[in-house]
Amino acid sequence: MIDLKGKLVLCLGERDGIAAPALQACVESAGAEVIYTETQCFV
Amino acid sequence: MSIQGLVRPVVRSAVFSMAHLPGMVLSGSKPRREVALDGDGLQQQIVSNLRSFADAVAYPPHQVMIGNLSPEILDTIERPWHRQPVQNARSEGPGGRFIDEAALYAWMARGDSSRLLRFHESLPPEMETALEVHASGEKTQRIDKEAMANAVLRGAEPFYMGGTTDPVGVMMPAHDSDESLTAPVLLENAVAKVTGALALSDLLKESNGQPVDHLLGCGEEAVGDRYQRGGGNLAKAMGEMVPGEICGGTDVKSFCAGAIHAMILGAALIASGMHRRVVVVGGGSVPKLGMKFRGHLQAGYPILEDMVVGVAIDMTADDGVSPILRLDRSAFHRLGQGSAAHQMAEALSAGPLYAHNLKLSDVDRYAVELHNPDITEPAGSGNVPHNNYQILAAIAAKKGEIQREQMAEFAAAHGLPGFSPTQGHIASAVPYLPHAIAGLTSGTMQRVQCVAKASLFLGRMTGAGDGASLLIERNPALIH
Repeated sequence: MIDLKGKLVLCLGERDGIAAPALQACVESAGAEVIYTETQCFV
Repeated sequence: MSIQGLVRPVVRSAVFSMAHLPGMVLSGSKPRREVALDGDGLQQQIVSNLRSFADAVAYPPHQVMIGNLSPEILDTIERPWHRQPVQNARSEGPGGRFIDEAALYAWMARGDSSRLLRFHESLPPEMETALEVHASGEKTQRIDKEAMANAVLRGAEPFYMGGTTDPVGVMMPAHDSDESLTAPVLLENAVAKVTGALALSDLLKESNGQPVDHLLGCGEEAVGDRYQRGGGNLAKAMGEMVPGEICGGTDVKSFCAGAIHAMILGAALIASGMHRRVVVVGGGSVPKLGMKFRGHLQAGYPILEDMVVGVAIDMTADDGVSPILRLDRSAFHRLGQGSAAHQMAEALSAGPLYAHNLKLSDVDRYAVELHNPDITEPAGSGNVPHNNYQILAAIAAKKGEIQREQMAEFAAAHGLPGFSPTQGHIASAVPYLPHAIAGLTSGTMQRVQCVAKASLFLGRMTGAGDGASLLIERNPALIH
């Protein structure tokens, strides 16, 4: 388990998996600061 | 929305042009970039791991694409499927046919309205024959090896026949400084145009000569110059290559959801009485060739992304037989609905069904993004259709249609194995159309829902996604 409080986070999402905005919402709720988000599509 | 008083639109057929282009894998976005970094060693490694035309034809998922095998058969064939070739496989079927490199390049010559292609002065015999057969009226421009090398240095884009590293031809840039008219962009657009035109040509051959009132393009290419980079209407350029009465065209854009958007809009044009026959056309994608080649090489597979696929979908007013396109049970993903997988499935699948007192289990099959998992899994991209069916099953469980323990059963009963080449808009729901049309006419199916999603965020203009769905039902004339 990682304590995300105060951590800087890069959110790299995948369209058919977990999209970046969802990752962002999760890590921000745990106290992290999101500095970059991007969702990619590999098909 | 009521459809009372409107003409009922139907889908009559869908045809795929399956262009096997191993030589063009080197023009795919990923291989092109990585070969430039790694040099000839990587190029040779790619060339040594390409498939033959016979291997591509005998590949079980491809036999499903052209309708010679049912999708369900893939569940009984051990993976990876390239190790289980279909014996005596045919290159044509009710859902389309294969085209080899030579024929595709000859069709490019036939469609070279701006005279930008140059072929090598000395070509393999099969290429010469293909030019005679498919581009007999065209005067192809021939250059020698040195002129070809010089052209490449000046920005021309080479193209190859599989297994060789000497180009058979080049696409010239159309302008010195217009980035929308560079040779790689023009090659991409020319292949899209020709694969779409091939599918359209085959579709019109099998129909009765009824005029096409309108073409709707559903591809993802940007055709234009620097002042209108994505000006478009490639549909009309495809129509120009095909004999027959074709009145006009328009492109519809929404990334991978383009085809379903176009089907809904085309069906609406028919329902309104404006048109009697609309054909959705889409060409294939060169940049996606070899996108996951690293994963395939690492797994010891041949490079499986060697297919460029075009599609043509025939829609008309009700003919009393063909499946009905239920516009009242279609859906567009709306702003604010959320782009997460479960939100998409709720908006596109459950939403339009529940609004009409139907359940998820009332649909025989869901045609989602049908990417072949043998292509995606070695590169870590997962099994896309399987993931989509898991979500649908979870929603069915949440709504109380099934128990949680029945999710796998639901996914198996209403889902499909992935069998499509990873060609974006081509893979999104439409590969199932030939099977759906057969199942809804001569088979026992009642309903198929086509669902497509679009990654709008890739263009950096929005963080949102998009999607569309369309319910196709057995024609009531066949029920009563």
